[in-house]
Amino acid sequence: MNLLQSFEQEQVKKDVPGFKPGNTVRVHVRVIEGSRERIQIFEGVVIRRRGMGLGETFTVRRVSYGVGVERTFPLHSPKIEKIEVIRRGFVRRARLYYLRGLTGKNARIREKN
Amino acid sequence: MPGGILGRKVGMTQVFTGEGVTIPVTLIKAGPCVVVQKKTPEHDGYSAIQLGFEEKKEYRFNKPLKGHFARAGLKPLNVLREFRVPDSGLYQIGEEIKADLFKVGEIVNIVGISKGHGFAGGIKRHGFHRGPMAHGSKYHRRPGSLAAKGPARVFKGRRLPGHYGTERVTAQNLEIVRVDAERNVLAVRGAVPGFRGSLVMVKNSVPARS
Repeated sequence: MNLLQSFEQEQVKKDVPGFKPGNTVRVHVRVIEGSRERIQIFEGVVIRRRGMGLGETFTVRRVSYGVGVERTFPLHSPKIEKIEVIRRGFVRRARLYYLRGLTGKNARIREKN
Repeated sequence: MPGGILGRKVGMTQVFTGEGVTIPVTLIKAGPCVVVQKKTPEHDGYSAIQLGFEEKKEYRFNKPLKGHFARAGLKPLNVLREFRVPDSGLYQIGEEIKADLFKVGEIVNIVGISKGHGFAGGIKRHGFHRGPMAHGSKYHRRPGSLAAKGPARVFKGRRLPGHYGTERVTAQNLEIVRVDAERNVLAVRGAVPGFRGSLVMVKNSVPARS
């Protein structure tokens, strides 16, 4: 392990659950409003994971009041309190960008069995 | 403490603060360096310390260099660089200087040799604008008009294509974000000139005055 990797390893979270594109996750995000801090939950389908090491990020898509919302989180950010895997979906690719063009029943993902 | 340290650029990564703000940082393997020689105002007309950095096989040194190190009673070192200090009398020959010379939050300047771009055109070298690439245009990346017609010559300093990079560059006012004294690693906010593995000098951003 080189110096760069070992420096990153110190900050990498050890308790990240294994999740993949197609999984439905619930991301607990720390939000600071003025002086107080609370946890906000963002739930949706993981449509991509990219990068490695400390710089790894993942994107979660959800449809909220008929509007598609995508949020990209740095996986190892201290702002991410917890990631819960709710459902493991069956998908055949790593980047689920095709979901953007689909709505309703077409945008469903089959469960992995 | 003014002065500085020699190091090698390791590469870039990021650091999260407690609030979750991401800071881009460059890691520098800094030191350990050894004081090899002291320059004094009486003898040399100015005050500085000469630092040595990195070991190298002894047979690779020539006799004059070996003599220089033998005089200090030290093992020969690969790189020698001088750093101006207000009073070199405060240092001992053979004294080790490590990454903990700097503290988190300090502002430093970093000197390095920039990446070489070879013979580069005006767009890369000076940020010129490009011409249209299509619609019948044949004027793509050329430098354009060189001067007005009246003087009948090109003024000195006209920016033109030419060799770009491989020059001494100082990145100023970079903040120290982390100090790892054990492994002699500094994390500095932002980018640092040069390739990964290239030699850099980390100096206090306030110039040393004697």
